[in-house]
Amino acid sequence: MSDIIQKVKNLSIGFKSKKGEEILILKNISTKIKKGETVGIVGESGSGKSTLALAMMGYVKHGLYTIGGECEFNSSNLLNMKSKDLEKIRGRKIAMIPQNAGQALTPNLKIGYQIDEALQLHSDLSEKEREKKISELLNKVRLPSPETIALRYPHELSGGQQQRVAVAMALAGTPDLLLLDEPTTGLDVTTQAHVLELLNFIAKDTGTSMVYVSHDLGAIAQVSDRIIVMYSGEIVLEGPSRDILKRPIHPYTHGLLKSIPKLSLAGLPESMPGSQPQPGIIQSGCSFFDRCNFSEDKCKNNSPQLEFLKELNTSVRCFNYEKLLKESQFNQNVNKIKNNSNDKEILNLSEVSISYAKQKLLDQIFNRISDDNPTVKDININIKKGETIALVGESGSGKSTILKSIAGLLRTKDGLIRFDENRNLSSDLKERNPNDLRIIQLIFQNPDESLNPNHTVEEIIAQPLKLYFGLKGEELNKNIIDLLQKVRLGEFYMSRYPRQLSGGEKQRVAVARAFAAKPDIILCDEVTSALDVSVQAAVLNLLQQLKEDFGTTYIFVSHDLAVVRAISDRVAVLYQGRLCEVGPSNDVYKFPSHPYTEVLLGAVLEPDPDIKPKLVAEDIVEEKPPEKGCSFQGRCSRIVGDICKKEIPPWQLTDSGNAIRCHIPIKELQKEQF
Amino acid sequence: MLFLIIKRILLGFITLFIVSLITFVGTEILPGDACTTYLERQAFGEQLEACYRRLGLNVPAYERYVSWAVNAIQGDFGYSLSGEMPIKEVLGPRIKNSLVLASAAIFIGIPIALILGIVTALWRDKLPDVAISTVTIFAMTIPEFISATLLILIIAIWLEWLPGIVIVPTDVSFLELLPNIILPVIAIAMIMTAHMARMVRSSVIQVMASEYVQMAILKGVPYWKMVFKHVLPNALLPAINVVALTIAWLLGGVVVTEVVFNYPGLGRLVIESISNRDLPTVQALAIILASIYVSINLLADLMTLMLNPRLKTLQIRK
Repeated sequence: MSDIIQKVKNLSIGFKSKKGEEILILKNISTKIKKGETVGIVGESGSGKSTLALAMMGYVKHGLYTIGGECEFNSSNLLNMKSKDLEKIRGRKIAMIPQNAGQALTPNLKIGYQIDEALQLHSDLSEKEREKKISELLNKVRLPSPETIALRYPHELSGGQQQRVAVAMALAGTPDLLLLDEPTTGLDVTTQAHVLELLNFIAKDTGTSMVYVSHDLGAIAQVSDRIIVMYSGEIVLEGPSRDILKRPIHPYTHGLLKSIPKLSLAGLPESMPGSQPQPGIIQSGCSFFDRCNFSEDKCKNNSPQLEFLKELNTSVRCFNYEKLLKESQFNQNVNKIKNNSNDKEILNLSEVSISYAKQKLLDQIFNRISDDNPTVKDININIKKGETIALVGESGSGKSTILKSIAGLLRTKDGLIRFDENRNLSSDLKERNPNDLRIIQLIFQNPDESLNPNHTVEEIIAQPLKLYFGLKGEELNKNIIDLLQKVRLGEFYMSRYPRQLSGGEKQRVAVARAFAAKPDIILCDEVTSALDVSVQAAVLNLLQQLKEDFGTTYIFVSHDLAVVRAISDRVAVLYQGRLCEVGPSNDVYKFPSHPYTEVLLGAVLEPDPDIKPKLVAEDIVEEKPPEKGCSFQGRCSRIVGDICKKEIPPWQLTDSGNAIRCHIPIKELQKEQF
Repeated sequence: MLFLIIKRILLGFITLFIVSLITFVGTEILPGDACTTYLERQAFGEQLEACYRRLGLNVPAYERYVSWAVNAIQGDFGYSLSGEMPIKEVLGPRIKNSLVLASAAIFIGIPIALILGIVTALWRDKLPDVAISTVTIFAMTIPEFISATLLILIIAIWLEWLPGIVIVPTDVSFLELLPNIILPVIAIAMIMTAHMARMVRSSVIQVMASEYVQMAILKGVPYWKMVFKHVLPNALLPAINVVALTIAWLLGGVVVTEVVFNYPGLGRLVIESISNRDLPTVQALAIILASIYVSINLLADLMTLMLNPRLKTLQIRK
């Protein structure tokens, strides 16, 4: 058949373990990519999706090897091709857009050279023509002033720009097939939406086939015609994109979609228990058996085969897909969160400014910070006992900086941070007493880095208990077991080291450690970003449960607006270290009023092909907040005039209690909702 | 950029000043002084007086430091007690000899180290890597006094191809020196090359595993072009500092090797001056060795700065 561009046949890839056993990363994969179509490959980390994409270029990572099967491109198998011949296909016929363009561009070579290299290899253009082509390509990916960009080194560009360069480089060879490995992961929401829109445009414009690999069903939903769902090295579901997202007939996909928080739904999604089996663990039955809600006895000992359902044009690997087929409509249930905040104020930030400016000698002597345009400025927030307040914004918005100051890791330049109305916490760690330290605990983004790899779980949790309460012996032990149970980990975890735990388990240990100090406030810094979607829901549910049990206050920082929607009572939107809007989550999400909130929420990708992101503003990267006027003036599409550039906008209050900082009158702001 | 260079040079001078102070204070607080230590039991009467006069020890310490420092900057380190002549004249030929030995080792050792390192990395876990790595690890672990002694035994005594130890006057001409340095150079180069080859190997392997090299492969860049354009410039950057330290170590005198081969270089001078209790010479040597380390590291840092676009643009922007 001529309309098939890539054919994967019974592909198995694996590695040899230290014991000499063969461990499979990909198990007998077969699929076809048609001309002009975009196929999304989705799966959690470790599902083998990247390995599959790389194999489609005839590339197998060091340490892995092909056990069997073929990857056919134009009827020749890439996996046993000589490197000479592969060089002629890679970049010219099949091109790759990598996950992390910042890492994938060679640091010592200029952008222009790296694109030129692809042109030299894959076209017969003369030097003059190539120069022109480079500008054209950079233009096509919508980079400003291509001539100057070409002379830059990779590190001089922002993340979004680097990703665009990678796209330009891939397009240089005018490939027939583009492989995209998580191309927007790690980018800001707005940038992500813009890059995806660009990719969609290119797919239509050039008719290139695309294979889009991602863990993010939201991104996949926006680009793909067909979706392949992978689990534990196998294809478990393959079919038209819309059908899979609207009516998932494999239990794994079903659970996955249920566990993703949505912008339109307040409340916590259901979590999927357990985690994906590690490669090498041999199971006699279905690999999803442990986590499946639809399993039967036969699933335990018999592995289901991938079955093609003609009427649905879908392949599914499940004995019980019919049960799911009968469920007429896919519905997501969420547990509404209880707002158990009371009116008592627990933390108050007034006029807080934070600066990263280097202290000059004179300032060091007088122990002051002089910076007219600090990174974070004029932050006024009242935090009530028992509430969850979320700080949202793109990278560089100062949300983590504010957390650091509250934790005492960074001192404030001006302003007051007060705890419980009278205790001053504006100073940094050194000047705080042990009790001040105890009442505020942090949970970090990446538990791999925040847990000491040489300590057992017992030692990790024991530390705050010994430090703050002087517990020892029997009592200490009892407390540790108690805490472990609170985060749903058994007693036997005590003797384990972090490396013996999965990502979700590690984060639970980090949560237990934070609660060990019996804090009043817990600062959550992107606590779920390093976790897989199914695990994320479980951790969010756990945090909510613990909060209700202990009456703790959360300050929650996340770039994921849907997660924030799920867990927070109130939201504060930040841009360039200045507050734009503060208000109850329900109002902010239902009626985004500030122009920046509109931009931010509009760019969120939902795992639903019918909800398209709205791109309101350009995704320019501003390095510094503007000297005067509104912080958002550089990107705002609704500037009213000179006043935005000259004067800091006033706070305006809505009826529902939203505070918005904008020059546009509140009535008008509320009118233009989407 | 210029500001940075000036800053680094100034810092270098401050380091040297501190080193000179420490050595000066060190020699001051040791019991006795240069003359009593040197003369030992003859340290009395007319002889001691003469010595004091010649070294100028009869003025206060700070004055002595200032005049010593002023002279040292002009290249005059005073008078060697054991050599019975100005230290300048003692040092001259020694520095020359050490330079000859070091440059020979550098010119032979560094290219070989680079090639071995790159070859082992590119053929990682294959036969060339296994063979070369075994040899380099072996060469690294044998201490130089053993390898040097073995070299003397086999090549000088059994085979009688080359002189075993260097019995030449200190100020011998270069051509006469040449056959004498072959064995010491082999002894030094073995250990140095092995170290550096391992370093280069791990650095190249690290870069080969990077995402940008994978990207280059997936872009269809031919293997050798990828190695030279994408791998080596990034892999060898961190090697510059290691090479610099090695050069400094070589110039500073490879004490053990020089002693084993009786080679008249700086390293042996250090040992001799210490055992002769010749404090002024020890002081002078400390300063010279410190300057070598400081200046070579400075050069290495500047080179890294020039070659690493990340650092370069960062500095220019500032």
